[in-house]
Amino acid sequence: MSVAVQTDAEGYLSNKDDWSEELANELAKDLGVELGDAHWQVLNAARAIESESGSSPGLRKISKRSETPIKAIYKLFPDGPAKLIAKIAGIPKPKSCL
Amino acid sequence: MKTILILGAGTAGTAMAHKMRRRLSSDWEVAVVDPSTTHIYQPGLLFLPFGDETEARIVRERGATLGKGITWHKTEVKAIDTERRVVEVAEGNPLAYDFLIIASGTEVRPDMIEGMLDGGWRKSVFDFYTLEGAKALQGALARYEGGRLVINVVEMPIKCPVAPLEFTFLADAYLTKRGIRDKTELVYATPLDAAFTKPLASQTLGYLLEDKGVQVETELMTGEVDSEKNVIRSYDEREVPYDLLVTIPPHTGVGFLEDSPLGDELGFVPTDPHTLAVKGVDNVFCIGDATDLPSSKAGSVAHFQVDLLSENILRAIDGKELEPTFDGHSNCFVETGHGKAMLIDFNYETEPLPGQFPIPGLGPLPLLKEARRNHWAKLAFRWVYWNALLPARPIPISPTMSLAGKQLSAAAEAGGS
Repeated sequence: MSVAVQTDAEGYLSNKDDWSEELANELAKDLGVELGDAHWQVLNAARAIESESGSSPGLRKISKRSETPIKAIYKLFPDGPAKLIAKIAGIPKPKSCL
Repeated sequence: MKTILILGAGTAGTAMAHKMRRRLSSDWEVAVVDPSTTHIYQPGLLFLPFGDETEARIVRERGATLGKGITWHKTEVKAIDTERRVVEVAEGNPLAYDFLIIASGTEVRPDMIEGMLDGGWRKSVFDFYTLEGAKALQGALARYEGGRLVINVVEMPIKCPVAPLEFTFLADAYLTKRGIRDKTELVYATPLDAAFTKPLASQTLGYLLEDKGVQVETELMTGEVDSEKNVIRSYDEREVPYDLLVTIPPHTGVGFLEDSPLGDELGFVPTDPHTLAVKGVDNVFCIGDATDLPSSKAGSVAHFQVDLLSENILRAIDGKELEPTFDGHSNCFVETGHGKAMLIDFNYETEPLPGQFPIPGLGPLPLLKEARRNHWAKLAFRWVYWNALLPARPIPISPTMSLAGKQLSAAAEAGGS
């Protein structure tokens, strides 16, 4: 990666405050995604929900907030959108209580 | 007369009504609004499909669960008007409130998935989060002779997030007992990246899936159930075939919140994580499964919230500031089959850790570890629920989480938080 930033073993940002749009572009490139407006609409929705509710949202919620159908989200982030969105948006990975 | 109005008489609403009735003078009316005439002990729904629980033991008339001095409006909520401080209902005049507590829970929504309610519904496709579903599944399991049994969590958040795993473990034990385990492929399909998503849980509990021969299908975003071909189809066009599908459909808030500015995209209520006040409005609070909080949608959480919110409402009545007391505390038994269970105790900040509960070094209940004692405690909890939790009688477990008796280094060693 060309930007020095700390991630955990699975590649999620360790410190939320390290996130910037510039970093997101870099992270996305490393994950094989070139970010356009449609990607940003999804990423901004995920970031907003996470900051409001304290947890990383599922795809249905992201889909509604960003007004992007789930099928389209899969086209934007083809290799596992839930993980890719969380990694690029700099929010924790979606998890359960165990 | 002033009024505390509680929307929903499930676990959170019923306990809250009793708590406020005990704490407030007769100058206050405590009222609940709920159209349903029965109260279900939901943890029992996990056991019902395997014939280890009966409807009679887990269902009571709602009237019998609401004590004296609590008004019950047996009608449906239509809308909340926070400006005028009234709740519009299907039958009768609008209900005025001084304090409003939303405790309307969450609904299981098979209708949100294409094909789920088609021909296979409750023939080869079952839910167990409803009484009807759990009863129908009991019949289907009794007739089951082997094949692919798929347990599919469609989308988070769900009620009792460990219940689908518990169901999987209990199914393994049930099928073994019936002598058809070797004729069954047991599959756990999740939208998350693993069955256990936290490093410590994955490290210490991964053996459960391995020992029980459970196949795990990860990152499966169910888009469609095709009950002619008996397959789940995901958005990335993977197909998971089943002979018997046990689905945990998406959950949303109830109807009057889905269409209301008080609800988010899925109808859950944006709530302050520590005071439980509903964001952006005065004198309205939210507890239980209806919130958008990252705490588990579980009965123990509702119970702890009731304890803490009742104190905050008394502060508000006295004109004092609310205190940020709720820490996301959750305390859940996790059935692992063959008469054993685990106990997990955690909050917003601290993941489930190994240790002893409730007394450090003594227990008697071991945390994050299988034990027969935990299973018996889970079974005994039904009595506690009806006789202490719902009527809001004291239960000697702190509403906030304690670190005493927990092995703090365990999570760091596993690479977690």
